[in-house]
Amino acid sequence: MSAFLRLLFRNRLAALGAVVLGAILLLVLAIPLLPLPDPDVIATADRFQPPFSEGHLLGTDHLGRDLLSRLLYGTRLSLAVGVVAALIAASIGSAIGIIAGYFGGRIDNIIMRGVDMLMAFPYILLALAIVAALGPGLLNALIAVAAVNIPFFARNIRGITAGLAQREFIDAARLAGLGHTRIILQELFPNVLPVIVIAMSTTVGWMILETAGLSFLGLGSQPPQADLGSMLGEARAALISAPHTSFVPGVMIFLIVMSVNLLGDGIRDALDPRLKSGALSRPLPMTQVRRRGDVPPATDDLLAIQHLETQFHVGKRIYRAVNRVSLAVKPGECLGVIGESGSGKSVTALSVMGLVSSPPGVITGGAVRLEGEDLLGAKYETLRAKRGEKVAYIFQDPLATLHPLYKVGHQLAEAIQVHHKPSDREARARALDLLKSVRMPNAESRLDNYPHEMSGGMRQRVGIAMALANDPEVIIADEPTTALDVTVQAQILALLDDLRRERGLAIVFITHDFGVVAQLCDSVAVMYAGRIVEQGPTDTVLNAPAHPYTKRLIACVPELGGGQRELAAIPGLPPVVDNLPEGCAFAPRCDKARDECRRGDIPLDGQAPRAVRCLFPEEPVT
Amino acid sequence: MGRYILKRLLSAIPVLLGITVIVFLIMAMIPGDPATAILGSYATPENVAKLNRDLGLDKPLVQRYFIWLGNMLTGDFGRSFSLNRPALDEIVERFSATLVLAGTSFVLCSLLGILAGVVSAARQYGLADKAITFVVLIGISVPSFFLGMMMILLFAVNLRWLPVSGMYAIYGGGDLPDLLRHLAMPALALAAVATGVIARLSRSAMLEVLRQDYIRTARAKGVPERRVLMGHALRAAMVSIIPVLGIQAGFVLSGAVYIELVFQWPGVGRMLVDAILKRDIILVQGGVVFVAACYVLFNIAVDVAQSLLDPRIKT
Repeated sequence: MSAFLRLLFRNRLAALGAVVLGAILLLVLAIPLLPLPDPDVIATADRFQPPFSEGHLLGTDHLGRDLLSRLLYGTRLSLAVGVVAALIAASIGSAIGIIAGYFGGRIDNIIMRGVDMLMAFPYILLALAIVAALGPGLLNALIAVAAVNIPFFARNIRGITAGLAQREFIDAARLAGLGHTRIILQELFPNVLPVIVIAMSTTVGWMILETAGLSFLGLGSQPPQADLGSMLGEARAALISAPHTSFVPGVMIFLIVMSVNLLGDGIRDALDPRLKSGALSRPLPMTQVRRRGDVPPATDDLLAIQHLETQFHVGKRIYRAVNRVSLAVKPGECLGVIGESGSGKSVTALSVMGLVSSPPGVITGGAVRLEGEDLLGAKYETLRAKRGEKVAYIFQDPLATLHPLYKVGHQLAEAIQVHHKPSDREARARALDLLKSVRMPNAESRLDNYPHEMSGGMRQRVGIAMALANDPEVIIADEPTTALDVTVQAQILALLDDLRRERGLAIVFITHDFGVVAQLCDSVAVMYAGRIVEQGPTDTVLNAPAHPYTKRLIACVPELGGGQRELAAIPGLPPVVDNLPEGCAFAPRCDKARDECRRGDIPLDGQAPRAVRCLFPEEPVT
Repeated sequence: MGRYILKRLLSAIPVLLGITVIVFLIMAMIPGDPATAILGSYATPENVAKLNRDLGLDKPLVQRYFIWLGNMLTGDFGRSFSLNRPALDEIVERFSATLVLAGTSFVLCSLLGILAGVVSAARQYGLADKAITFVVLIGISVPSFFLGMMMILLFAVNLRWLPVSGMYAIYGGGDLPDLLRHLAMPALALAAVATGVIARLSRSAMLEVLRQDYIRTARAKGVPERRVLMGHALRAAMVSIIPVLGIQAGFVLSGAVYIELVFQWPGVGRMLVDAILKRDIILVQGGVVFVAACYVLFNIAVDVAQSLLDPRIKT
C-alpha cells in the first residue's frame, strides 16, 4: 500500500489533483465553522454585486444571494450527489456483474444482453427518459445518473469475475462445499473490490459532471436548493451582464472534475505494471548513439562491426547486451553468429542499421562500417537510405513482422518504392518476380493475400523476398527459420544459399542452431553474455571447438543416425547482463573453471581467423 | 461485404426492439395518471376517461406496447399535445438540426483527436506531447456547457466575431456562410471533451503499435519515418481507435443536449428537455426511440468501417 502511495505521489499531476480535491473537501467540510451568510437569503437590492465587494467575497447573484456561500453549499451538494450516484451505480452494477460472471451460461447471457441494450443508448437519452418518467428533481436526477452508469460497472466487473471464476481457488472453495453466497462474498468479492474502486475513481468525476448537467438543464435540483449545475443554469440568463455569476460555479465544476480525473489517472497508472517499467515508451526511428572513446579506423570489409557496445538503460540499471563485439563479412561470405537467447546476437544484428528499440537501447561505443562508411555516426536520412537498399533484414516470426493490414504485394512493392521510383504497375511486376524467385507457389494470386491468410513457410518466403527487393549487398537474417518445421527450414536455407552464390550476397546469419550453421556458413562466431567467446572457420570450430561453451553447445545438436546419444543440455542459465561477475561469464556453468577464470578480463586470443576467449581452451588455437 | 452489412442489420433488430421495450417500461413507471397530468386543470373524471380511451391507456400493458410499436413502425409516433402536431414531424425536423451540429462536432473531434494523438505519440515526452497532454487534460475536464458560455463571452460578446446563438440569422440569413458562422462555436464546444478522449486513446494506441515488430520491419525496409507513423502505425492503431469513435459519437450526441440549450440551437435535445418540462410524454418517448435507433444504425456503420479496415475480421 505504501509503495502504491509512493508511486501515486511521484506522479506530480496526481499529487496536484489530490491537493486540489483535498482543499475543496476541506472547505466543504468546514462549512459549519465558516462565518457564511445564509445561501438562500434574498436581497434584491444587492443583486449582481461584483466579486470582492463589501461582505461578499465573490459577489452576489441575480437575487442578491451571497455567491461564496451558495458556491460552498452547492459544491457540497454536487459532490454528495455525484458520490452517492457513483456508490449506487457501483454496488448495483458490480452485483449484476459478479452474478453474471460467476454463474455464467444462460444467466450471464440474459443479463449481458440486457446490459448491451442499455449501452445501445447514448447515455443522456436514457437519463432524460428516466427523468421524464420520474419528474424533474435532484433525487430523480441522481437515480437517472446512477442507472445510466450501471451497465458500465456490470460489464467491467463481469469480465473480471468471469476470469476469476475459472481459477483454482474458486474450484477449491466449491469442492470444500461452500455455498454460492459464501464463495461470492468471501472468495470473489475481496478480489474484485480493487477493480470496483478503480472503476469508481475513474467515473465519479464523470457522474458529478452528469448530475450537474441535468441540473443545468433544469431537470435536477429545483430552487431554492442549488447545486453547481443549477447555479450555472440560473446564471446563464445573466451571462453577458454579470459573467462572474457563471464563472464562479463553472470554474468550481472544472476544478472538481479535473482533480478527480488527475487522481483517477494517477491511481490507474500506479496500478498498471507496464507503466512502472516504462515499457510503454515508443522506439525512436533510429537507435540512440552516445559513443565514448575513439571510433576504430576503417577496414576493407564490406560490413564491419567494430568493438560494438550496445546497452539497455532501464531505470538505474545498465544491461550490457553487446560488449565490444567485432565481426566482418566480405561479398559472397556467410557469417554465422550463434548463441543462446539473451547472448546479444540479435541486438548485435539490429545495431547495424540502428534498429535496436531506443529507449531503452543505447549504442555506447565502437563502429559499424558499410564499405568503410561509419553508420553509427550517420544522420537518420543517410541511414534510412541504406536500410533495405544496401543492408536488408530477414526476421524471425513473419506473422508478427509483416504488417497485418497490408496485402503482401503492397508490402513488397513498398520496399522498392521507398528507395526507387517505379510506377505502381512496375512495382507490382517486380513484387511478383520476387515471390517467384523465392519459389512461392501460385505467386500471382498470393500478391493479394494478407499475411494471416498464408502459412508460416510462405510468410517466411515473403520476408526473404522483401529483403531481396532492392538487391542489397548484405542480408542480416535473424533466426529466419526458427519458427518453421524442418522440411520448410531446409528449403529456406537452400534458397538463401543459392541466392548467395547467384548474387554474391554477404549474409550474417543469426541462429542458436549449429546444424544450420554447418549447412550454410563459411565462418562462425559464438556469443555468450554479450561477448564473442570463440570464432573461426565453420569446419574448424565444429570439429575442434576450443571454448568449453562451444563444445557443450555443439553437443546439444542431435546427430542424424547418431543413435541413442543423450542430448547434453547445459546446466544453469545464461547470466543476466546487468551485473556480470569479473572474469569469464561462463565460469559459473563451466565444469573446468578454476580460480583464475574468475579474475580480470579474459581476452579474445588466437591467430586470425581463429580466436577463443578462454584461459584453458579445449584445443590450442594458435 | 453486402452480406456482412445485411447480417449486421438483422442483428440490430433485437437491439432496436430492446430499446423500445426499455423506453416503454420507463414511461410506464410514471407515477399517477398521465391523462391527469396532460389535462391539468381540465381533468374532470369524464375528460380523463375519454383521454385514456383516446390514448389507449385503458388497455393492458402488453397490448399497449404492441399497439405503440405497431404505430411507430407505420410512421405514426403519436401527436405532441404541447406543440399540437405529429410527433414524428417535429422529431425529424429537430433531429436534422442536431445532426448538423453533432455531425460537424464528430468530424472535428475525430480529426483533431487522432492528429493530436499521433503527434503526441511521435514526440513522446517532448514539448509537443506535454503541451497536447495539458490541453487534453483541460479539454476533458471542462464541462461543455460552461465552455460554451465562456466562448460566447469571448468570441460573441467581447470580440464580436461570431453570433451569440441560434442556427441562422433572423434577418437575411439562411445561406451556408451564415450557418457556418453560427455553427463554429457550438460545434467546437461540443467537440472539446470527445477530442480529448480520442487524443488520449490515439496516443496510447499509437505507442502500443509503434512497439510492434512490423514497425521495426517497416523501418528496416527504409520506410521514411513520416510514412511509418502516418501509414503503418496509424493504420494499425485505427483498429483500436475506430470503436472508440463509435462510443464518442454517443457522447457527442449526448453533449448536444447541453450545447443546444446554451446556444439556442433548434435541435432534438432542446426539444426533449422542453417536452420533459411540459410533460409531453409522447414526444419524449418518440424522440428517445428515434435518436437511439439512429445511434444503433450509426454503430453498424462503424462496425462496417472496422471490417473494411481490418481484413482479419470475418465478414
